[in-house]
Amino acid sequence: MIEARNLRKCFGDVVAVDDVSFRAEDGQITGLLGPNGAGKTTTLRMLYTLLKPDSGDMTVDGIDPRREPLAVKRRLGVVPDSRGLYDRLTARENVRYYGELHSLDRATIDARTGILAQLLGMEAFIDRRTEGFSQGQRVKVAIARAMIHDPKTVLLDEPSNGLDVMSTRALRQYLLGLREEGRCVVLSTHIMQEVAALCDRIVIIAHGRIAAEGSAEQLLARSGERSLEDAFVKLIGSDEGLLA
Amino acid sequence: MMAVFRKELLENLRDRRVVVNTLLLGPLAAPLIFVAIIWFTVQQAIDRAEADLELVVVGADHAPNLLRWLEQQGVVVKDALDDPEQAIREEKEEVILRIPADFPESWRSGRPAVVEVLTDRSRRYAGTSLARVEGLLQGYSRQIGHLRLQLRGVPPDLSQAVRVQTIDLSTPESRGGLILAFLPYVVLITVFIGAMHMAIDTTSGERERRSLEPLLINPLPRWQIMGGKLLATTAFALATLGLGLIAFTWALKLLPTAQMDMALNLNWKVALTAFVLVLPVALLASGLLIILAAFAKSFREAQSYLGLVMFIPMIPSFWILINPSRLETWMTWVPLLSQSILILEMVRGETIELVWMLTSFASTGALALLLAIVAGSLYNRPGLIFGDG
Repeated sequence: MIEARNLRKCFGDVVAVDDVSFRAEDGQITGLLGPNGAGKTTTLRMLYTLLKPDSGDMTVDGIDPRREPLAVKRRLGVVPDSRGLYDRLTARENVRYYGELHSLDRATIDARTGILAQLLGMEAFIDRRTEGFSQGQRVKVAIARAMIHDPKTVLLDEPSNGLDVMSTRALRQYLLGLREEGRCVVLSTHIMQEVAALCDRIVIIAHGRIAAEGSAEQLLARSGERSLEDAFVKLIGSDEGLLA
Repeated sequence: MMAVFRKELLENLRDRRVVVNTLLLGPLAAPLIFVAIIWFTVQQAIDRAEADLELVVVGADHAPNLLRWLEQQGVVVKDALDDPEQAIREEKEEVILRIPADFPESWRSGRPAVVEVLTDRSRRYAGTSLARVEGLLQGYSRQIGHLRLQLRGVPPDLSQAVRVQTIDLSTPESRGGLILAFLPYVVLITVFIGAMHMAIDTTSGERERRSLEPLLINPLPRWQIMGGKLLATTAFALATLGLGLIAFTWALKLLPTAQMDMALNLNWKVALTAFVLVLPVALLASGLLIILAAFAKSFREAQSYLGLVMFIPMIPSFWILINPSRLETWMTWVPLLSQSILILEMVRGETIELVWMLTSFASTGALALLLAIVAGSLYNRPGLIFGDG
């Protein structure tokens, strides 16, 4: 479970995140929805400890990432916006490397890799070098290496960026599976259909602030609009960034 | 930390270009080029010294006795030319002897008879021939002079008030040391070259591939991640250094040292001592290069920074070249300079005091650790992770 309260982060004069609070429950998929540059990535980076907030509180399963960054990192599975793989290593070696960085033993790594390869449909290419992989294959490897230590909480930054329809469908199936297993899943996206199809809870972020929060039905009811897209435009006050 | 170390090594050993450039060409090229150049120079010098001296003599008729004497000494006298100056300028001849028309008259009247030796000193290849001609002419002059004194009943030795005897205490090893003077430079630059690719690949390369952010999300203190990268870079630098020293030691055996009247004191023991001496330099170079490379936004940018750093290992060698002085204790405290000087002393065949080794090792090691600590703290800067500042 993730709790964020009044998070604020500035880069110089630019306020990237301003007073962001939300909760993400276990067994739910929480979507951070917002136009590009709204502060989604910055919020996630604070949660996975690579950025320190200027003010505000946050906890992951009750642990403060600022006080115990390593403990939080052990609980998190993160697929960040940067999904660079090591091209000279095979997919399996990429995943194994992350397993070793989590101090897992070889048998556990091999077993987990096997399960993930099957779940994500990676068997065909797991022993190939990742040089020349398609975007879909790359995302699968990035997810597998983020999940190698079987984390309870999963953060994904724009996971479906650059994926084709089939890969996106497979990704959604996988995320729904994670919810079934009772994990806490948080994903950021600027794609409306994605939140509509996946998320139990939607947090709309615009200009570094929370514009609205709730389930899809609640958001529709609050805005008085009939489609989620119209609700979204109304709630953030403009359609800026949506077409980007 | 060891996981990072293993992975970086594995990844870079998979890259054929890296292996060929860093582990093969880097350490092997310098010794081979060096040996080839020395071998060629020595062969040429030997050829020139042993070949018959061919000498064009202008005005040979004026000094038939001198001519006969020269031929007795094995000089092949060639016919005169119309324009000897032109022949020298056009590099047709290296040295020409011209005997002026007043030679017989001066000779008979007992005045020094002038002979002219024409050459162009800026042509270095002419040096050997010039020295031989001058030596022969002086020998002739001395011989005749002695004969004249004896005819007048004067002991010839009277004409020589002082006889200079230079006693050369140089050993074959120390003469060989002159040739090996460039060795410290090659050794140091080999270490830097060995570290360079790895330093860039593991830092700015990682950032350019966008794999740095996910890497840092792993539950590992950041200094350990950097530590693994630093160790891998150091290991690469040491591998390059080791291969370079082996290649050198082996290649120098191909040189005709006996004919050069010198001994090249680079045996396996000296090579091993040099390796130990340069060990901390590998860490120093890796730390320095990693710090610089970590700030670069791309592989290319890092390469241009690090190209400049390649001047650093040259500095001590240049300093020794410009200011050749004896080994003093303070020098053994200066990183890079201490290694250069101690390696020079070793190849000269001098004994190295253990204290010097220790001070060199300690001071360089301390600086290297300092750089390593700086490097280890780098990934605490968000700007270096996300590349936005």
